[in-house]
Amino acid sequence: MKAKKNKILIQNGITYAMVILFWAVVQMLSAGGHISSLMKGLLVPLCIYAILAVSLNLTVGILGELSLGHAGFMCVGAFTGAFLTRCLEAALPSVGLRFFLALITGSAVAGIFGILIGIPVLRLKGDYLAIVTLAFGEIIKNLINVMFIGRDSRGFHFSIKDSLSLGLEDGGTVIVKGAQGITGTPRAATFTIGILLLLLTLVIVLNLINSRSGRAIMAIRDNRIAAESIGINITKYKLMAFSISAALAGMAGVLYAHSLATLAATSANFGYNKSIMILVFVVLGGLGNIRGSVIAAIVLTALPELLRGLNDYRMLIYAVVLIVMMLFNSSPKAIELRSVVMDKIRHKQSGSAAKEA
Amino acid sequence: MSFLSYLISGISLGSVYAIIALGYTMVYGIARMLNFAHGDIIMVGGFAIFTMVSTLGMAPLVGIVTAVAVCTLLGVTIEFVAYRPLRGASSLAVLITAIGVSYLLQNLALLIFGSNARQFTSVVTVPGIKLAGGRLSISGETIVTIIVCIVIMAALTAFINKTRIGQAMLAVSEDRGAATLMGINVNRTIAITFAIGSALAAIAGALLCSTYPSLTPYTGSMPGIKAFVAAVFGGIGSIPGALLGGIILGVVENLSKAYISSQLSDAIVFSMLIVILLVRPTGILGKKINEKV
Repeated sequence: MKAKKNKILIQNGITYAMVILFWAVVQMLSAGGHISSLMKGLLVPLCIYAILAVSLNLTVGILGELSLGHAGFMCVGAFTGAFLTRCLEAALPSVGLRFFLALITGSAVAGIFGILIGIPVLRLKGDYLAIVTLAFGEIIKNLINVMFIGRDSRGFHFSIKDSLSLGLEDGGTVIVKGAQGITGTPRAATFTIGILLLLLTLVIVLNLINSRSGRAIMAIRDNRIAAESIGINITKYKLMAFSISAALAGMAGVLYAHSLATLAATSANFGYNKSIMILVFVVLGGLGNIRGSVIAAIVLTALPELLRGLNDYRMLIYAVVLIVMMLFNSSPKAIELRSVVMDKIRHKQSGSAAKEA
Repeated sequence: MSFLSYLISGISLGSVYAIIALGYTMVYGIARMLNFAHGDIIMVGGFAIFTMVSTLGMAPLVGIVTAVAVCTLLGVTIEFVAYRPLRGASSLAVLITAIGVSYLLQNLALLIFGSNARQFTSVVTVPGIKLAGGRLSISGETIVTIIVCIVIMAALTAFINKTRIGQAMLAVSEDRGAATLMGINVNRTIAITFAIGSALAAIAGALLCSTYPSLTPYTGSMPGIKAFVAAVFGGIGSIPGALLGGIILGVVENLSKAYISSQLSDAIVFSMLIVILLVRPTGILGKKINEKV
């Protein structure tokens, strides 16, 4: 038991060390001026996608439920966070403090959404769950697109038609402008903050996995009926994993909102394609493998930029790489072939070792 | 009168969804996989017609036949190259591969045709009709779409119930192992299913682009998702379910666009799906599967 604990500790340590090393290398490179401005613009998104991939892995890999609505939770977090920073503009001049509050509120609201959506949705299974989470993601995006919120001396005004129907007094400001979203959020997100949040995400997720609750969650994934029969509260643990995953996605959303000057709920930002993209990171990194998610998110986010020299062909190559990797990783024949090759190598090694002896 | 015209165009849109949903539902029923690339096959069909009719100046019928041939071939090829090696792998692996295929088709189209929207010339030559003294006008596209949908439904139902291949499909969807033991070639049956689904996608592409004549590499993805919602809504794996789901979805979408809000119509459609699935977790006409311990 102790040996196992040590092993987990070492494995987790490697993951943290890897992230910190990545940060240090990037800091050194940028101090030496070796990073192009394009790559610099990519540093915060790298952290955002890594957080999203780790948090989605909690739902898909650890809980074993396919969710296609992760971008929806990110959207909730992003808009809550941006709304809060804009509202507190006058009361709190410090951008850092507002950003901090936004991170907490954004994650909390996204987590609450996770619980609200999780209660009905987690009763479904497999592909049905996938399509309903996709639907929720799209609904959230659509609702935000028609939402108008303004503020004047009488308080907040809310409308789903246009900014005129808010009936604001003179001097009132429209904060959320429907499809135009929220403008004027301070661009406070930096690479260091991103890495810190990624580390926080890793601490939360890795500790959850190696706790009593985490083992209960994985027991549900492996055999729901057996887990239920030994007294594990299915709903509670499912909701726990789902809402923590949503809250972390919300946190990534707040980070995202503070890396842009204008935040709008377009399909490119928060559509189902985004959710699918995050799912791709998770699957290619390995289901249930947290470190893999971080690596896959970083490599695959940087890959299209690194392939920029190939211009028009880069997304094509990305697609081919995706298909080939899936075929190589999951096809029963490829797995068999790999094990045969591995056996041969091992056989050779043991054979030569025997000769030497 | 305007209500009636919204209703009819909703049924027409729903018919397109139903034809696409058929492809989804058949593939899901038989291969147990979500073919995310199905929507993009619609787009390929659209571009095939566009190339034949607008660029090469062929007759619309030649365009449609070419599109059906291209899409059928494409569907079978995709199945052979990308999905067949993954038979027996986890459903998530197949799903991600399908997403990869979808990206591949979109980006190939982007490379060949560019990202600008192309103006699609309608392939329907039937004139529209005016009813109730000209107050209610129905376009030729609407009429043709609804008729084509009915014909396809009838033909497909007959095909599945009356032919040997159709029976083989039913058997494979019931129990793949038992079907193999009965001497059914499972791989061939699945390939045929992909061929039929893709041919239907080509027809759906022709109808969709005739009604909404702007063609981009992303044209297929949203209708594809909606059709999938329709398939789930009606009960995935069920052919009448696909028809019912498609029509309800199209009508609700069009009516909410007209009377509530055009931006909220997707949200309304999706919330309807959620309500249905919570009440009936296998869709309206879906079979209930008992869980075995």
